[in-house]
Amino acid sequence: MMGVDRREFLKITGYAALFGLGGKAAMDIFAPGELEASMQGPPLTEGKRWAMVIDMGKCLEQQAKGKDGCKACTEACHRVHNVPDWGNPKHAIKWIWQDKYEHAFPDQPNPFMTESVRHQPVILLCNHCFNPPCVRVCPTKATFKRESDGIVMMDMHRCIGCRFCMAACPYGSRSFNWGNPRKAPKDLNPDYPTNRDYPERSKGVVEKCNFCAELIAKGELPACVQECDKIGAHALTFGDLNDPESNVRTLLQEHYTIRRKPELGTEPNIFYII
Amino acid sequence: MYDGGKIIIGLIIGLGLLLSPFFYNAGKAAKAPDPELTQKAKEAKVCVAPTTYMRESHFTLLDEWRHTVVRDGERYYTSDDGKKYYKGLQTTCLDCHSNYSKFCELCHNYVDVDPYCWDCHILPEEKK
Amino acid sequence: MLDRALKGSQGYWGWLIFLLVLMGIGLGCWLYQFFEGLKITGMSRDVSWGLYIGQLTYFVGVAASGVMVVLPYYLHDYKAFGKITILGEFLAVSSIVMCLLFVFVDLGNPVRIMNVILYPTPNSILFWDMIVLNVYMLLNIIIGWNVLAAERKGIHYQKWIKVLIYISIPWAFSIHTVTAFLYAGLPGRHYWLTSIMAARFLSSAFCAGPALLILLCLIVKRVTNFDPGKEQIRTLAGIVTYAMLINVFFFLLELFTAFYSQIPGHMHPIVFLFKGLEGVGNLAPWMWAAAVFAVLSLVLLVVPSTRRNEGTLAVACAVLIAATWIDKGLGLIVAGFTPNPFDTVTQYWPTTPEVLITIGVLATGFFVLTVLYKVAVSIKEEAAA
Repeated sequence: MMGVDRREFLKITGYAALFGLGGKAAMDIFAPGELEASMQGPPLTEGKRWAMVIDMGKCLEQQAKGKDGCKACTEACHRVHNVPDWGNPKHAIKWIWQDKYEHAFPDQPNPFMTESVRHQPVILLCNHCFNPPCVRVCPTKATFKRESDGIVMMDMHRCIGCRFCMAACPYGSRSFNWGNPRKAPKDLNPDYPTNRDYPERSKGVVEKCNFCAELIAKGELPACVQECDKIGAHALTFGDLNDPESNVRTLLQEHYTIRRKPELGTEPNIFYII
Repeated sequence: MYDGGKIIIGLIIGLGLLLSPFFYNAGKAAKAPDPELTQKAKEAKVCVAPTTYMRESHFTLLDEWRHTVVRDGERYYTSDDGKKYYKGLQTTCLDCHSNYSKFCELCHNYVDVDPYCWDCHILPEEKK
Repeated sequence: MLDRALKGSQGYWGWLIFLLVLMGIGLGCWLYQFFEGLKITGMSRDVSWGLYIGQLTYFVGVAASGVMVVLPYYLHDYKAFGKITILGEFLAVSSIVMCLLFVFVDLGNPVRIMNVILYPTPNSILFWDMIVLNVYMLLNIIIGWNVLAAERKGIHYQKWIKVLIYISIPWAFSIHTVTAFLYAGLPGRHYWLTSIMAARFLSSAFCAGPALLILLCLIVKRVTNFDPGKEQIRTLAGIVTYAMLINVFFFLLELFTAFYSQIPGHMHPIVFLFKGLEGVGNLAPWMWAAAVFAVLSLVLLVVPSTRRNEGTLAVACAVLIAATWIDKGLGLIVAGFTPNPFDTVTQYWPTTPEVLITIGVLATGFFVLTVLYKVAVSIKEEAAA
């Protein structure tokens, strides 16, 4: 992918931030001046609680438009983060993906539900739980909840690959590198690595959605959100739960939302407008 | 001493094995490498830290960067002269030093280190 | 003392070489796994632990069961067990060796194993498991070795050893409790999320471990001049019987809760194990075999005449080990991951390299066991002579 262009772009946004201009995306999640302040020291996400609201109605509307539905967010995310396609569901790496409603919300079974509802595709990703069990079990703190903004992060430099976090995650949001991603089938990954500005992974580490911490740090929205906005679906909304006036809090005020497996006490930060 | 002869022979063999790398490499002093700067690096004149520090301790800086970026979310680095840099091996370091084989690898080979950075971080595409 | 391990019969050396060959094959397969990644195993993103972690769990139990000979001897002054405490302790040591190796071969990044110590994380049960296992191994090495050395010199062991012995008794319970906590505290894994898990683990350990010890005693009696003793084996058989009864009872408690409550999450893993779920039932024949073995072992153990007959007792112990192994070494892990978080089923079956690595680790453990038992038995023989 146009490595140089992207790098140039980075620089431009960097300078823009320095001169207090800020990109359009930056304005969505940060107050004026916040991005600049972050360059002086404290991370710009200090005191935030990042969350996402997924509007399934808008998503399905977009799905209905395409012959094979819509995979824009998954493709964008996996491209930006160099997620390879192994072609084998047992070894699949998933950051953001789709599964049927009945699989996404298995605690809501209903034998009289129509087939179409049961099989509706739902967008799934790491819930960035407020009380993450994966973090609780990790023996090296390789996965941890960022104190500043609640993002559940992976430190790929530290992970020993014990996969305890995968056993602890009740959402199947964690993927293990069963093999070296560079050895993933070439015919399925012709342009791999797809983003030369982002690292790959080594074999034997666990990975997952990082809420695009690397983009947020520059004042940009997560790749999935950017892509969804770009195609005009606007089904994904990213914002700060700690701010009562924020976009996500407004949506939560205006709509009935649900979360995956709330009874487990993990306090997911991903909400679904059904 | 019981079996004195055998013990001494054993000691000699052991010592010989221990010293074999020295014999093997004797008289073959490797030439100190002379890493090349890319045009871009030359034009920039300054790195994120003084050249001597970078030559001797770039790995300390990189280790600090990776720790503060991944774990603390601190994405910006201020050099001694007050310039700000986006911390990133691929996006910042390799942006100038895009000649891995003539820059990084020469010294790494010379001092015989094999950093696992490149297991994940992508090497720049070098123009031949 | 270790020099006793260097003098042995042809059979002894033949057995060690046989184990070494298995270890070599295992090592070769592990190197293949090391370079290719864990994709060479049967594990998947849905069943992300398998045979390795199952063996870890099983052999932590065997290790803990050493306390079943140590406790009666040191706390209840049951003199007969004085003769075989060393066998229990050395069985514990070799079991822990296997456990640590099973964790090691399961890691995606084994070269980083020291990160567990470099970044100690008290909220992780795996961190505590590492601590209790290593300390338990050290305790048993120090205790076993010193008591044996004292016996060789015909003197009483030093007083401070007694302190370690008293520590080692609750420690044995702790290692299997902590291992149960690896599983029993994970939200959303219904088969594991049960407060009786540690109790189940201990009961299955205290029947399987002593059953293995009985078989080892019978082998020692046959191949050496040291007789662990009739009374000792008889008492062990009693312990095995009670522990197995409790073990089966605890399992039936799980069945009641799952099937009387009719909560799908509780029933599905058990249905998967014994019948199959969503067309995946590859463990069912194994689980039914385990059930049959369990009943058979209980019949042979509960009936006094078959329990006291060494031949039928050996059969009882062997089928008991098979039953508990299938339950804990195979079924427990897979059923914990089944159905997966999406309520679907992914089949797991170990691959050939995975099985060979497992056998290699087992061979390593039995190699250590053989050498330690050789030392212990040689000294017992000398002391008797």
